Amino acid sequence: MFRYIVRRLLQMVLAFFGTTLIVYALMFAGQGDPIQALAGERPVSAAQRAYLTEKFHLDQTGIGGFFYRYFDYVGNLLRGDLGDSLTGRKIGDMLAQAWPVTVKLAIIGLLVAILVGVTAGVIAGLRRGGIFDNATLALTLLVLGIPTIVLAPLAQYFLGVKLPLFPPTAGAEPSIYALLLPGIVLGSLSLATALRLTRTSVAENLRSDYVRTAKAKGMSVRRIVSVHVLRNSLIPVITFLGVELGNLMSGAIITEGVFNIPGVGFNLFRGIRTEDGPLVVGLVSVLVVVYLVSNLVVDVLYAVLDPRIRYE
Amino acid sequence: MSVNVNERSGLADRRPAGDDGGHLLEVRDLFVEFRTRDGVAKVINGVSYHLDAGETLAVLGESGSGKSVTAQAIMGILDMPPAVIPSGQILYRGTDLLKLPEEERRKVRGKQISMIFQDALSALNPVFPVGWQIGEMLRLREGLSRAQAKRRAIELMELVKIPAARQRIGDYPHQFSGGMRQRVMIAMSLALDPAVLIADEPTTALDVTVQAQIMDLLGELRRDLNMAMILITHDLGVVADVADRIAVMYAGRIVEHADVHSLYEAPAHPYTKGLLESIPRLDLKGQRLTTIKGLPPNLMRIPSGCPFHLRCPYARQECVDVVPAVRSLGGDRTSACHFAQEVIDGRL
Repeated sequence: MFRYIVRRLLQMVLAFFGTTLIVYALMFAGQGDPIQALAGERPVSAAQRAYLTEKFHLDQTGIGGFFYRYFDYVGNLLRGDLGDSLTGRKIGDMLAQAWPVTVKLAIIGLLVAILVGVTAGVIAGLRRGGIFDNATLALTLLVLGIPTIVLAPLAQYFLGVKLPLFPPTAGAEPSIYALLLPGIVLGSLSLATALRLTRTSVAENLRSDYVRTAKAKGMSVRRIVSVHVLRNSLIPVITFLGVELGNLMSGAIITEGVFNIPGVGFNLFRGIRTEDGPLVVGLVSVLVVVYLVSNLVVDVLYAVLDPRIRYE
Repeated sequence: MSVNVNERSGLADRRPAGDDGGHLLEVRDLFVEFRTRDGVAKVINGVSYHLDAGETLAVLGESGSGKSVTAQAIMGILDMPPAVIPSGQILYRGTDLLKLPEEERRKVRGKQISMIFQDALSALNPVFPVGWQIGEMLRLREGLSRAQAKRRAIELMELVKIPAARQRIGDYPHQFSGGMRQRVMIAMSLALDPAVLIADEPTTALDVTVQAQIMDLLGELRRDLNMAMILITHDLGVVADVADRIAVMYAGRIVEHADVHSLYEAPAHPYTKGLLESIPRLDLKGQRLTTIKGLPPNLMRIPSGCPFHLRCPYARQECVDVVPAVRSLGGDRTSACHFAQEVIDGRL
């Protein structure tokens, strides 16, 4: 197991360089005049141009210049310096502000998915073909079918404006309460998938031979379901939720946009819209790390849950 | 592991075996159907057999003959629905198990009657250590502490001759070989000192050499622990050494029932005769193996008359029209064939 983790960590280094390089290239390689992009519509004086060229190492051109700037950037990154956004703010500071909001939102979303999704999934799996099962099937299909870009404004309008149970937007430093509705919207997609997954897994495990054995051992139905079936059924569900946590942590661009939540996704969206290259690349680099780490955690967790999996 | 009938709890206290001359376990005229969307499959059609303390009954038959379903009905582990038991009785020490409330029924499982299954790999829970799975019964059913259950689990694993039991107690089912896994299964079935052990094709998933070891172990344990055993198999070779009596099943019926010697000497049903003739024999080397032609009937459309008539070399008009009654041939011996006596005498 230890060797596996070390190997995975080494793979993560490669993956980190690979993804940052691609994102860096996508953002900067095709850019016509980055200095003009920075200035927007305003004219740029010769002195300013010279200063910025020096600062961003733009005097080196071609593929060599690109890699020079990339390694310069990665070097700074590894020293913990994410650089400056084109707006002049330190990206590190922006992240420090946005990250806690996104993490809170992600945790609310994940909790909703676990509490509602897994519980309902277990019930639906136990009563396969019943009313509850069919009702949740229809509901989850509906949720899975509606894109967030539609679901989020609908929830905002009906539950925030028409029937003001929740604040319609979150604002600068949102409370947990203000994040509740966006969290539910964000979690609803994971919830639907977790529910279907749990339901199928429970139903499948109920038919397995080891359940028959547990019955023959004289175990009660409650014990069989809560210990034997649940432990086996949750293996795929936890794998899914782990990956999903990585997804949620990386920010919900649409949800954060609709509810005006100043999280990572919100900043990322603004960065893309304003062609703020350093901001986009900085955020994505951090997200890549979060994603890689959460995937590693899931893989290790998987081996803990299922003794048949051994990584050697 | 001494088995004293009077020490057993629950049912045993009320009715010690044999005080009314009854059997330890008796299945009476049992019917089981599977009601599915495609129709009703009549899986068990009036099965009766009995088992006395300390003896071994072999239940023989092809896949789908209903031998496992009967056993699962005895254990009460059939999935109902789709399974339905329209009529019949399963008497254990005189009490009809089918009439017991589920909570009472549950206490019989494992403690009075326990069962081992064909494929131990899938029958054991993959995510718990074997010691935990054996100990689970002792902790939940007998109220043993974790440490006590573990000690007892080691003893049980030693009883079924698993080498280095103490070291292997924390291993998972997939870490054992097929034969060792089946031993774990057997250890688990013995945990609560049952009076009856049902072995449902315990060796089918194993290599031939391991099969013999497991059968020897079962025979030995049955003797030492003075259990009664129902051995379900489709392998006539397995049966001869171990069983006292044999019940042959076909299409959810018992077509022949006899003690081992009489049955091997002179079968009283054409189906049994066919089974015996299809055992490969060393002295008939070079000849084509005799088989029973055709396939077992579809249980949703069981043929009229004798269910075996389509495959029977001796079938006559009577066999197509009339369901043969189970006729007694003296002693315990029965056959459900119109021409049972002729088959025994070899006149057909």
